[in-house]
Amino acid sequence: MTTSGNDVTVESVVRGVVARHRGERGALLPVLHAVQAELGHVPQEAVPVLAEELNLSRADVHGVVTFYHDFRREPAGRTTVRICRAEACQALGADRLVSYARESGLPLGETAADGSVTVEQVFCLGNCALGPSVEANGRLYGRVGPARLGSILNGTVSS
Amino acid sequence: MNNPAHSTATVYVPRDSAARSVGADEVAQALQQAAARGDFALDVVRNGSRGMLWLEPLVEVVTPEGRVGYGPVAPEDVDSLLAAGMLDGADHPLRLGVVDELPWLARQNRVTFARVGVTDPLSAEDYEAHGGLAGLRAALELAPADVVAEVTASGLRGRGGAGFPAGIKWKTVLECADELKFVCCNADEGDSGTFADRMVMEGDPFMLIEGMTIAAHAVGASEGYLYIRSEYPDAVATMRRAIGIAREHGWLGRNILGSGLHFDLHVRVGAGAYICGEETSMLESLEGKRGTVRAKPPIPAVEGLFGRPTVVNNVLTLATVPVVLAEGAQAYERLGVERSRGTQVFQLGGNIARGGIVETAFGITLRELVEDYGGGTHSGRPVRTAQVGGPLGAYLPESMFDLPMDYEAFAAAGAMVGHGGVVVFDDSVDMAAQARFAMEFCAEESCGKCTPCRVGAVRGVEVIDRIVAGTHRDENLALLEDLCDLMTEGSLCAMGGLTPLPVRSALTHFPDDFLGGRRLLDIQPVRATGPKTEGTA
Repeated sequence: MTTSGNDVTVESVVRGVVARHRGERGALLPVLHAVQAELGHVPQEAVPVLAEELNLSRADVHGVVTFYHDFRREPAGRTTVRICRAEACQALGADRLVSYARESGLPLGETAADGSVTVEQVFCLGNCALGPSVEANGRLYGRVGPARLGSILNGTVSS
Repeated sequence: MNNPAHSTATVYVPRDSAARSVGADEVAQALQQAAARGDFALDVVRNGSRGMLWLEPLVEVVTPEGRVGYGPVAPEDVDSLLAAGMLDGADHPLRLGVVDELPWLARQNRVTFARVGVTDPLSAEDYEAHGGLAGLRAALELAPADVVAEVTASGLRGRGGAGFPAGIKWKTVLECADELKFVCCNADEGDSGTFADRMVMEGDPFMLIEGMTIAAHAVGASEGYLYIRSEYPDAVATMRRAIGIAREHGWLGRNILGSGLHFDLHVRVGAGAYICGEETSMLESLEGKRGTVRAKPPIPAVEGLFGRPTVVNNVLTLATVPVVLAEGAQAYERLGVERSRGTQVFQLGGNIARGGIVETAFGITLRELVEDYGGGTHSGRPVRTAQVGGPLGAYLPESMFDLPMDYEAFAAAGAMVGHGGVVVFDDSVDMAAQARFAMEFCAEESCGKCTPCRVGAVRGVEVIDRIVAGTHRDENLALLEDLCDLMTEGSLCAMGGLTPLPVRSALTHFPDDFLGGRRLLDIQPVRATGPKTEGTA
């Protein structure tokens, strides 16, 4: 372990999370979710600590972190906006929302320069009868047109 | 307007995330504010959704004639509704009538969804008052083998898509000698057009807990896992709370209902991998690994989670078990046609005017679903196609809409009922783009374990692009056929094995779209920038 303050924090967070999940069978996914909830992403420095704590190889841990779309290796913007691009939302023009976001300077997978928002795609939010659907910081929006997406991206949609 | 003689009215506003996505929280808040101001005496109960999603937020008021519905209600409608006398069921432009009598609902045969939208999902008292626990109590009176026999006799088939008889799977697990066995509920059904699982978890979570507990008794399992996709945060929260309440009531844990059965249940949250809806991938994920597919055999019933005998069923399958035990196998088996017994929870989505949940016996036609229930497209344009059974299901042209919803009839027509999701498209759809998307989605979400899926899907995108561009069209069409054969025959699981179904159905029924020129939609690549290459070709 390096001795910089930041690394010590990552290490202590990871060890604390693992301690809380010690009794669970096959705990790596719940542990990774918890690490991401605390740190906003799963930093590279967490991998060797996880490997040591869970008696896995670093390659095993790395393989799991990179397999799942949810686990981030870099921090996201303060708001994450996910546009559903699965078939039901496609049928209602989801691609127009993707185009709108891109034309607003927020192509999929990128974070705004000021760190305010990250736009991503998602495949199905389970709102297939009220699409196009968008989720922002865990909140689901239905029947979203470009104007409403604009409000969501600007953070001006109430509640 | 303020009637002091009026006793406190009970008003239902759904807490289902589809209803919330169009403003149900704000409507509930507006109602509560009116009550807090002392203008009106009302209690708001947050129920599940009735599944008439185009009417959400659907507000219901308890009146002597029944629950009267108003919808879709916007927050700004609340004052005028209250002023008009909504709490007495009075008339208003948004008044729909007694909800149970609305033809869309009254014509259905709600078995699995009987309580969804009716009760407060997190009220244990409400659950028991509406028939909850009757199935578990009946099961606990029976020997495990007799529970299995009952489920087998009901004809209940796995509702996750493959349609394997649930009782036969359970029998295999029961006959395994291990001391440690598991029941796993696959709540990672990430198919577009599938939202019944989510609505069950958010709208009647105790039913799923009860079904899993019955399964545990039937096969001798002591631990259960509910693997829920991370895209459903409301379902995760509701299930966690429901499990806590169930433990407090002795419905989970040690000595359940005094029967001597010990069974506990844990929620695990997925991490955005579509493939984990495949049962063996889900088991790998539950073990804390990459969610890659396992070759079968051994089947999970014999060697499942951590190598132990494991029941793996979908949400709807397990949620249907309590009613089978409560009402008896014969009552369930009487519904349906041929070898498709009981009811199916059809889910109408996409470009549809009246989208939502239609639970009815098997045998209903696609036309009845799309036209009668669904009312055609949301856009008002003609219906061109419906994709049935998720992203790996076939695109059917309107000329095939008289096909009965029946596992075998669909299979014979080169399609699949799957989990009953129906996604409607109007005539602006570009079917070559949809076929390309099927391949692209497979490339993006393949677990990477087998070559036909991992590499085949990438090649599939390239070949379709060449066909649409008119480059050696005949040769590339032949190549696409060959590739589809190889993926169908050579893939380890349904992801690679069924991706050719949407592709081929699009080619067969809409060949003109592959001639180029029909590019009505703004087609963007699926792959986001900063691609995730791990596990894909």
